[in-house]
Amino acid sequence: MTLGTTERAAELNARDRRALLRQMILIRTFEEAILREYHADKKPGFDIGAGKIPGEMHLSAGQEPVAAGVCAHLGPGDAVTATHRPHHLAIAHGMKLRPLAAEIFGRETGLGRGRGGHMHLFDPETHFSCSGIIAEGLPPALGQAFAFRHAGADNIAVAVTGEGAANAGAFHESLNLAALWKLPVVVVVEDNDWGISVARQSSTAVPSNAVRGAAYGIPGVRVEGNDVEAVHAAAGEAVARARAGGGPSLIEVHTLRLWGHFEGDAQGYRPDLADVPGRDPIPVYEKKLLAAGVLTESDLAALRTEASELVEDAVAFAIASPAPSPDEALKYVFADQTEGARS
Amino acid sequence: MSTVAENARQALPVEPDAGNRRLNTAKAIQEAIGSQMERDESVFVIGEDVGAYGGIFSSTTGLLERFGPKRVLDTPISESAFIGLGIGAAVEGMRPIVELMFVDFFGVCMDQIYNHMAKIHFESGGNVRVPMVLMTATGGGYSDGSQHSQSLWGTFAHLPGMKVVVPSNPYDAKGLMTAAIQSDDPVVYMFHKGVMGLAWMKKNPRSIAAVPAGDYVVPIGKAKVAREGTDVSIVTLSLSVHHSLDVAEKLAGEGISVEVLDLRSLVPLDRDAIVATAAKTGRVVVVDEDYQSFGLSGEIAATIAEHDPGLLKSFSRVCVPDVPIPYARELEYAVLPTPVRIEAAVRKAVGA
Repeated sequence: MTLGTTERAAELNARDRRALLRQMILIRTFEEAILREYHADKKPGFDIGAGKIPGEMHLSAGQEPVAAGVCAHLGPGDAVTATHRPHHLAIAHGMKLRPLAAEIFGRETGLGRGRGGHMHLFDPETHFSCSGIIAEGLPPALGQAFAFRHAGADNIAVAVTGEGAANAGAFHESLNLAALWKLPVVVVVEDNDWGISVARQSSTAVPSNAVRGAAYGIPGVRVEGNDVEAVHAAAGEAVARARAGGGPSLIEVHTLRLWGHFEGDAQGYRPDLADVPGRDPIPVYEKKLLAAGVLTESDLAALRTEASELVEDAVAFAIASPAPSPDEALKYVFADQTEGARS
Repeated sequence: MSTVAENARQALPVEPDAGNRRLNTAKAIQEAIGSQMERDESVFVIGEDVGAYGGIFSSTTGLLERFGPKRVLDTPISESAFIGLGIGAAVEGMRPIVELMFVDFFGVCMDQIYNHMAKIHFESGGNVRVPMVLMTATGGGYSDGSQHSQSLWGTFAHLPGMKVVVPSNPYDAKGLMTAAIQSDDPVVYMFHKGVMGLAWMKKNPRSIAAVPAGDYVVPIGKAKVAREGTDVSIVTLSLSVHHSLDVAEKLAGEGISVEVLDLRSLVPLDRDAIVATAAKTGRVVVVDEDYQSFGLSGEIAATIAEHDPGLLKSFSRVCVPDVPIPYARELEYAVLPTPVRIEAAVRKAVGA
């Protein structure tokens, strides 16, 4: 089944729609700030390990509709597992921006005290986690769902992954096991057309990963158009089904990677590059809400100002925070503070 | 996700007297799991054939009947999915025991083990714990071929973030399993098929021994001197402890006094105990059913050398000499650390 952009948006009221836009603007503002800080001290020659933010950086600009549309249905007691490109989902699921930013900057005040980095974010408050290994975030999400059900809670786990992951074994093992045990899980595939430089049609034998739900007897839908309201509608059904004990669902969202796979990726392999800015989902949604009269220009300016204040506060917090002490490089291998196998 | 997961550690006796109730190692493991499941609702068991079959090597016999299908679950042959499920449940404060039927199968699911189970606590800066037990069968000696006979504990111990325990006997098996379930860290619990005391596999009499009926722990990371001696030290673990004790008994009749150190854990490794026995006898023979190079036996040599390069008069290894485990009995027993090989190494060490 494929959902278009218009069929399912009926029930969203003006407040919901403004909240979706607010979330997307907050995410984009955050990613733009990280982009700015990431490159600020990597000039003139780009050195991936240099600067305040070292290492690979996978930013989520363009994929905000997935995060905003899905996470609108979740509370902090629900789990989300994400990928190497996790910021949009972390923010939409309610992660505090300060410890998120501080972790990206590798600071002691970060979520993982600088041990994890931007691909390894773990937030007990929002049950958020991510993995840098393609498709491998799915299995732990099953376990979180298992634990919620065991505790008698109606919380669910949402496992988000990319379209490239749908060809990995862990994806299929997880769908089968989730379906078999009817776990309260929603699997969301972000199809941004590109597995680094390999186009989806060059990696995937089916035109839509949503059809793979049929292999496991679970509902599968594909949402076209990178439309936050269509995502919201599809996710609403799947989340409700999972909460009610109806088992897992699979949703694929055809989204957009607005920037490179990682920062420093010149994207020479990408024939659609010239069209990309025009497909940016945020201006599209802003125009839609302005035209519908649920948002004024001054509302929009206020949303942007608020987002900017929140993000700059978080970035300033991160920059002002201490780096972890090299004396503590061996800490946290074990809960009992045994220093690894060296003890 | 439980930031401050309730520390489930009970104040249990540490290595109490064994008493005279005798069990095989498999029953000792079942007893530890059953007892912890009684007292802690968050403990559950998953894996292939852990339910009605009771575990291919009888590690979970009777648990399904006692605790029902919500707490003892057969899984599909999807090791990545069900080990990952254990990780996620542990992250949320449960205490899963996940069986990987043969350790040799780690190849299909190692990402969940070493990139997730073992790293989440570290990556989270200590904020998220993964209190799970990954239980798995190791070892050869019954012609199961190269994909079902490996030991591989050195591989797990090499990668940071997992405790690795390798019991050799029923008493330690129960106490180490209890400690593993109560640990707030992931523990890889590796039992050798040959120490389980199974009716359908050749066994050393040491695989059936006295086990206390009540709960107790054997601390993870503490080696045990299984036999005192003064002339030469065998540093070993798992089934090789049985063979080493047999050799020590035999050589005692010739006046050769052999000390046998059962490591019991690889991570943490009881380096003090290794150095102590090396200092005592000055002659060390490492007996390890894992592959020889780049592993535990070299680590033991390094441990002693880093402590005091002059400590040893002799050092040698009886390991699997870096070949896949062969099928034919004649070939398999040519590469396993058999009593014959151990005895030869000990005699050479003492110049006898």
